[in-house]
Amino acid sequence: MTIVELQQETDARRASAALTVRNLWVGFARDGRTRDVVKGVSFALEPGRCVAIVGESGSGKSVTARTLAGLTGQGAHVHADEIALGDRDLAALGEREWRGIRGRRIGFIQQDALVSLDPLRPVGREIEEALRLHGWRSRSARRRKAIDLLDAVGVPEPARRATQRPHELSGGLRQRALIASAIALDPEVVIADEPTTALDVTVQAQVLAQLEATKARGTSILLISHDLSVVAQIADEILVMSGGEIVEQGPAREVLGSPQHPYTQRLIDAVPGSRTRGERLAPQDRATPNLHLPRPESVGRDDVVLEVRDVSKRFAGALAVDGVSFTLRRGETLGIVGESGSGKSTTARIALALETADEGDVRLLGTAWSGAAERDRRALRPRIGVVYQDPLSSFDPRWSVGRILADAIPAHAGLARAEREQRVIDLLAQVALPAETRVRLPLRLSGGQRQRVAIARALATSPDVIVLDEAVSALDVSVQAQILDLLADLQDEYGLSYLFISHDLGVIHHVSDRVLVMTGGRIVEEGDADRIFRTPEHPYTRELIGALPTPV
Amino acid sequence: MTLTSSTERRASERVGRAVRGGRRLALRVIGAVVVLWGAATAAFLAQIALPGDRATAIFNIRAGQAQERTPEELAPIVDAFGLDDPVLLQYLHYIGGLLRGDLGTSYQQFRPVWDLIGEQLAATLTLTLAGIVLSWILMVAWVTLTAGRGGRFRNVGAAVDTIAAALPPYWLGILLLLVFALWLGWFPVMGGSGLIGILLPALTLAIPLAGFMGQSVRAEYEHTLDQPFVLSARMRGMGDLSVRLRHVLRHASLPAVTLTGWALGATISGAVIVEQIYSRPGIGKTLVSAVGAQDLPVVTGVVVLVAALYVVANVLVDIAYTLIDSRLRTS
Amino acid sequence: MTVIDAARAVTSRSRLDPALVASTIAAVLFLAAAAVPGVLAPYPPTALALDSALEAPSLAHPFGTDQIGRDLLSRVVFGTRESLLIGFGAAGIALVAAIVLGSLAALGGRIVSAVVGRLIEVVFAFPILLLALLLVSILGPSAWTQVVAVGVSTAPGYARMVRGQILSAKNAGYVEAARALGHGPWRILRNHVLPNAIRPLVAVFAMALGQSIVWASGLSFLGLGVAPPSSEWGALLDAGRAFILQAPWLTFIPGLIIVVFALAATTIGTRIQRSLEKGE
Repeated sequence: MTIVELQQETDARRASAALTVRNLWVGFARDGRTRDVVKGVSFALEPGRCVAIVGESGSGKSVTARTLAGLTGQGAHVHADEIALGDRDLAALGEREWRGIRGRRIGFIQQDALVSLDPLRPVGREIEEALRLHGWRSRSARRRKAIDLLDAVGVPEPARRATQRPHELSGGLRQRALIASAIALDPEVVIADEPTTALDVTVQAQVLAQLEATKARGTSILLISHDLSVVAQIADEILVMSGGEIVEQGPAREVLGSPQHPYTQRLIDAVPGSRTRGERLAPQDRATPNLHLPRPESVGRDDVVLEVRDVSKRFAGALAVDGVSFTLRRGETLGIVGESGSGKSTTARIALALETADEGDVRLLGTAWSGAAERDRRALRPRIGVVYQDPLSSFDPRWSVGRILADAIPAHAGLARAEREQRVIDLLAQVALPAETRVRLPLRLSGGQRQRVAIARALATSPDVIVLDEAVSALDVSVQAQILDLLADLQDEYGLSYLFISHDLGVIHHVSDRVLVMTGGRIVEEGDADRIFRTPEHPYTRELIGALPTPV
Repeated sequence: MTLTSSTERRASERVGRAVRGGRRLALRVIGAVVVLWGAATAAFLAQIALPGDRATAIFNIRAGQAQERTPEELAPIVDAFGLDDPVLLQYLHYIGGLLRGDLGTSYQQFRPVWDLIGEQLAATLTLTLAGIVLSWILMVAWVTLTAGRGGRFRNVGAAVDTIAAALPPYWLGILLLLVFALWLGWFPVMGGSGLIGILLPALTLAIPLAGFMGQSVRAEYEHTLDQPFVLSARMRGMGDLSVRLRHVLRHASLPAVTLTGWALGATISGAVIVEQIYSRPGIGKTLVSAVGAQDLPVVTGVVVLVAALYVVANVLVDIAYTLIDSRLRTS
Repeated sequence: MTVIDAARAVTSRSRLDPALVASTIAAVLFLAAAAVPGVLAPYPPTALALDSALEAPSLAHPFGTDQIGRDLLSRVVFGTRESLLIGFGAAGIALVAAIVLGSLAALGGRIVSAVVGRLIEVVFAFPILLLALLLVSILGPSAWTQVVAVGVSTAPGYARMVRGQILSAKNAGYVEAARALGHGPWRILRNHVLPNAIRPLVAVFAMALGQSIVWASGLSFLGLGVAPPSSEWGALLDAGRAFILQAPWLTFIPGLIIVVFALAATTIGTRIQRSLEKGE
């Protein structure tokens, strides 16, 4: 072969990869020291294929994504043997050249269009902006193309929708608009950074379908996600990142089917779902001590602890909760699942009597609850506890953990100071936190530790019922696994009843004995957890479960 | 979901929105009326709060001397000001007068208050508006250039905001006068008409206001720069300055829009001081001498006028806000 | 939270902040000038020396002299006590009124909080200077009037802040969590709402102090405050106004002193505030 032909062959092989990354290192300089956040990442992304980077928070996956678009951030040191987009070397690009590439050759999709699109501008304008920045001069041509793009991603009435702002569109539609703005110029590579986080399951399914369609057209996709089930849907190759390094890499089926690295194995095991019912999600690294905190008076397993009858609540003229009824028995977990706006949180608040229902009745442990005066209710409140999604806002910012827990211990227990202190230490031990945690401020704890403190606080009053409102939704998968295990242990130990609210079907399936499915303020289906997930009857339930990405 | 039900839903949403919008507007109007009524009542109360016998006080103000007066001397004053009537009747007279545009009669000069201040109001208002416009220009330029950049820039920017906001107009005015008029000779020291003459006084008003607004806007600016949609814009290939001007500015200036409504009142009172420094025409001089002489109708007249202007300004500000942030329209 | 905590908070910074250092030095100087003016002032404030009238700042007279030869630096130093008293007085009145009104508006029953809240909003609508001028015109110009006028007219602004703070504490997540635990309203008020709402008041008081002096001097500048021959800073401004063109330092320097004071007070206040918030 002649030299020219050799070169052409090399070029052809190199050009066959849309995005090549070899030995990428990214560090951030602060106070004179450099901290490496990405350590030696390499992969090749071919046209029409999807590479997924999976990891939990702090793994470095988002930084990697942003670096590949030249927006690592201030104070960043980027170094790689090679970063190439097709035949173009990206490593040495100046800001001006990057601007030519962003949008045209590399597209970017982020989570939740509600905040990823300018809330004050019509979505059409956002799409047109991408066009305008890359040479489309004629305004009418841009407008037409924007409408075409919306149509191509499946938005009905695209001309009308283009003039609307993100909050005026439904979740699914605005997510499609976001995708349209990213692929407007038909880029070779699309980077999707957590594109489905915080989205309802049905919307998530639509987004994945769109990404599939984009992939089918020959675009390469770099998917960043912490959600293994999402990744399983469309990834061809998976990179597992932890602490800035790739711990495992390979074809999707292999990585998910027979993971080699212990971290990957732990990650896969930690995903709650149908297969994990009744089993531990996380490795047990600390034996929960057999301390005996005061138990609630347990009368019998079939005892009804919470009874909700025909409860309704209106907000600003709209029905948030409509005729909801259910019972919660001792020792059981009732899962309430629904998408955002389904009324599940309001129902939880009514059950806690933190919100008054307009109609209907709630009885706690056989006594009047919703109808009683707050003064009378106060005596009963210790029997029902709550754990929120964001524990930090439920803690007084000035108080240490110890003070928070000591304050929660009921005064009538008549404990002296030393005994109180001991009780606090016992509570911390129950949630597998060391005694020294009590001098720390919640602000300085990790998300998982904070949630444990919140659970300890709920336990402090020796409750019969605990309401958990999206209590694990903000946690990383592995931390979530530990907390779910902890909750299961506590339930076994103390015969607690849980009212578990979540939008995450996998979690609900894992923890619940019985499940209520809510939408638009009403319960559309209820029954045994396994039964609902295996053979859903109501059309909405079917839609919800059908939208689930196939389990890992 | 069929097409019919979605159109039905949209129609009912629109009706709901209109009802809520109408209700909001009604609440605003009521709020405005309350403020005006409060101002008028306060003005009236101020007038009857004058220590001592009112008639004597008025006579003394007029005559320039403080001494006891005979009833015969006081009689015409009592008649002219209706001081014999029960308080409630005087109050109603006053309110009625206000509604007709009659702000009362000056104690010092026995002329209608409106005559005294009306002719000079225009000059003060012009200065005030010039000050507000200039402050917006300064604030936008400064915050756009200095917000959200590395540590040093941002500290300097914030420090400048704080210092500027703390500058009292009487000192800043003298400083600018000294530097630009006396020392550099770029501007005339006194009087001066048209654009040149108004620039330094307007700047004196604009700088502290820009600093004050800048503090809120800067905070909002930096918060907005971190938002995902800004990253999206950059990811489309938008340059930094464009992002700041096209996306962030609109969001960040929302607090400033609200502040401007309040600022109108503050700037008018600043104008009073600035007019003294630069010897400009306006209600400043009249107001200050009226205060010194305890000529209450003039002072209260100005107060009521300013309240009215404030109310109008705030209604306009509210409208501007809902135009910019359509989220409020549909919430 | 006590004075000791505040002092500890200010001094416990590992990295010296130049603004804070400068502000502290200034504060110490001001307090010294108020306490023992005779020590700091080079000349007695009333010493006339007609042959050295209207002299620009020099080594002998660092701030220059006025139209009858009085040394400006000495006058400024001797005026510090009166100015600070007026400032503290007005700030004190403003803050007490603000706490009372703000608490009523945030914690009172439905009618009380609505009425007081509205009252605050209505009064807040008026420009501070105009309100102050109104009060002066009722009460007649004098030092006391200055204190009352500035205090009353700046109060609504601070009342709004206090109200906002209490409301945000009242609506905070930890208050609901306490309710869920079965704690009664008084306990929640005592343990959570009030402590969290009071915290920012340190900064507010410092800010009020700075602002009060600025406003009070503004009134003096217009000739509506303390009468000459007081050395109160605002009065100095007023006295110097007639000589703006010949002797600009007579107005410029007292004004500068006022600005420095206001900035120092605000800086110290915000630093204490930030330290208290970061971690106790």
